[in-house]
Amino acid sequence: MTSIATVQITRNGKPALPNSPNNFAEKLGDAKLFAVSVNTLQVNVGKLCNQACKHCHVDASPTRTEIMPREVVDACVRAIRDFKIPILDITGGAPEMIPNFRYFVTEARKLNTKIIVRHNLTVMFENNQTDLPEFFAENEVEIVCSLPYFLQTQTDAQRGKGVFDKSIEALKRLNAVGYGIDEKLVLNLVYNPVGAFLPPEQSAIEADFKRELKARYNISFNNLFTITNMPIARYLDWLRRSGNEESYMQKLVSAFNPATISGLMCKNLISVDWRGNLFDCDFNQMLELKLPQTIYDFDAEKLKNRQIITANHCFGCAAGSGSSCGGAVAES
Amino acid sequence: MSYYNEEDLGRFGEVAKYKPELFEKFLAWYQACQEEGALSKREKALIGLAVAVTVQCPYCIEAFTNSCLENGSNMEQMTESMHLASAIRGGASLIHGIQSHNAHDKVSM
Repeated sequence: MTSIATVQITRNGKPALPNSPNNFAEKLGDAKLFAVSVNTLQVNVGKLCNQACKHCHVDASPTRTEIMPREVVDACVRAIRDFKIPILDITGGAPEMIPNFRYFVTEARKLNTKIIVRHNLTVMFENNQTDLPEFFAENEVEIVCSLPYFLQTQTDAQRGKGVFDKSIEALKRLNAVGYGIDEKLVLNLVYNPVGAFLPPEQSAIEADFKRELKARYNISFNNLFTITNMPIARYLDWLRRSGNEESYMQKLVSAFNPATISGLMCKNLISVDWRGNLFDCDFNQMLELKLPQTIYDFDAEKLKNRQIITANHCFGCAAGSGSSCGGAVAES
Repeated sequence: MSYYNEEDLGRFGEVAKYKPELFEKFLAWYQACQEEGALSKREKALIGLAVAVTVQCPYCIEAFTNSCLENGSNMEQMTESMHLASAIRGGASLIHGIQSHNAHDKVSM
């Protein structure tokens, strides 16, 4: 098992990994964590965002300058084409804010790959972005939108004042072009806990979101994904400031569920950063736990059976029902 | 010295020390009561919180607050459950005012 538990990576003078009562690799025991395929190329096109959410594992904000240049976008498109990767998952930051975002989507669309965009909803109200619903629809992009709760208090507490009202307006605009209604236009939402606790059972909270958003705002959507907050970056800062680091990690460790391991997203995904470096997942990317290859010498065959780099933040994906970019992965 | 120490919640299992078979029975019962059944886990968590506030157990209040959040409840819902339990408790006290009325009427002209 490759483990970086002994590697010293720091953040603001403190360890960048959370203090944990247990070691993830030890918890896995004899289980091996190897990839099985490269089904998804998840491309983080940069850290620029119009928001600065308290739980963000990317530390994204309006002041960030890391933006994927055209040459890296082109290399990603080549990798998708050459290795027939079925799914392109574009994330950020707010990916729509990078200059080559629409170029990237339209080029990938020509390859008939499924395109997912992780969309924060409020970016739709930034300059030159008001036609995003139409752009997404034309390219049949699957949208995954953050909405931590169906009430304003919780949403604004996590994502910033005024975000809830804008998010509701954005969802109405997406519904208006057919998202969440037309079967070709998939609109999924993401629930993140607003604090230091685990997500609810996914189907139960999805039913609440569907009932409440329909009744209050006449909004429709397809699926709700529950995603556990990852104890790194800005969320780790909050855990430390609020005195919750130890209890949150204890909670994750106590909720470790071996049944999640076979469904972990790192087994079928490669993460790419704005410079073209490769990682096992977006979280490892933020911790700079690089793989030896880059997007320029990308070889899906060599990557598909690689051993996954793990550390104690991995408890975040293996707790309870598990957590991935597609939501829960197992029964809790 | 404080009679309630936060870390004691994590030591609950030590109560088994002198009578493990009884604690095991309690634990099995306690856990089974919280499983999904005719009531959802969320409904049970809200009942648990209401009872915890009523019996004023700080350990239970913390545990069931977290359980409510982890079952998707919000503070409006949790507060309603706490008010209901408290109102029942208040009502249970107030109904004893009739005892006072009865005692008064018995000795009064």
